[in-house]
Amino acid sequence: MLVTNTEQIPGREITEHLGVVSGSTVRAKHLGKDILAGLKNIVGGELTTYTELLADARKEATDRMVAQAQVLGADAVVNLRYSTSSLAQGAAELFAYGTAVKLDSP
Amino acid sequence: MNQLLIAATLFLLGWWVGRSRERRHLAQLDHREQELASVTVSTCRCPPSSWPVDAPRLVAGNVAISWDYFKAIVSLFHFVLGGRITSLESLVQRARREAVVRLQQEARAAGYDGVIGLRLETSRVTNSSGDKGLGGVEVLAYGTAVRRAGPRQGAG
Repeated sequence: MLVTNTEQIPGREITEHLGVVSGSTVRAKHLGKDILAGLKNIVGGELTTYTELLADARKEATDRMVAQAQVLGADAVVNLRYSTSSLAQGAAELFAYGTAVKLDSP
Repeated sequence: MNQLLIAATLFLLGWWVGRSRERRHLAQLDHREQELASVTVSTCRCPPSSWPVDAPRLVAGNVAISWDYFKAIVSLFHFVLGGRITSLESLVQRARREAVVRLQQEARAAGYDGVIGLRLETSRVTNSSGDKGLGGVEVLAYGTAVRRAGPRQGAG
């Protein structure tokens, strides 16, 4: 499935809009990893475990969105947007949404 | 008294180590940005018309960066006094540059020449123990990677 964050897909034509599809996931950090992050808070630097956790969670949200598009029989998802919100201390919601479309045959 | 001593030590440690880490990161960013300059990034949603492109694909880069004890304490003063918090500005800028560099790296690794429709998103990373002032920022950069298709054979 083609996924882009532009309205058009370069080189292809959109023939039909099937509606908005979305996927989300809420994640919390493992406590041990959080303690290491606490140490990083003193000297600064990249919070590698958080980087990975958020990238992972975003991938899952995207996968869920794609699964929804597949059910609709879409060829692509265009105009994808991501949104991140901090729900509570240490928990974040990652949300992906876009428009499922049908394309002309290449 | 003891607590004050610990806080002062952490403050100095954060200032010293945090500053040298930040400098190293900035130097590294300069180098990597130059190396990846050929992967053009644009916020425009359409590729230049001179670019016949094919097989677009979503690419993303993200990074979570923690602030250090020095930045946290300095910003506390600013919350009272107001004004420009330069130490936090540099933190967010670093994170943003790093995220874009990672996006370019992903695009290049997959054999693409550029990224269009760049979007940047910043969010706060919080600590589950709920310590005030602790945490960091996360920046996500995402866009659509495009490939220069070159002159097509047989096509007018």
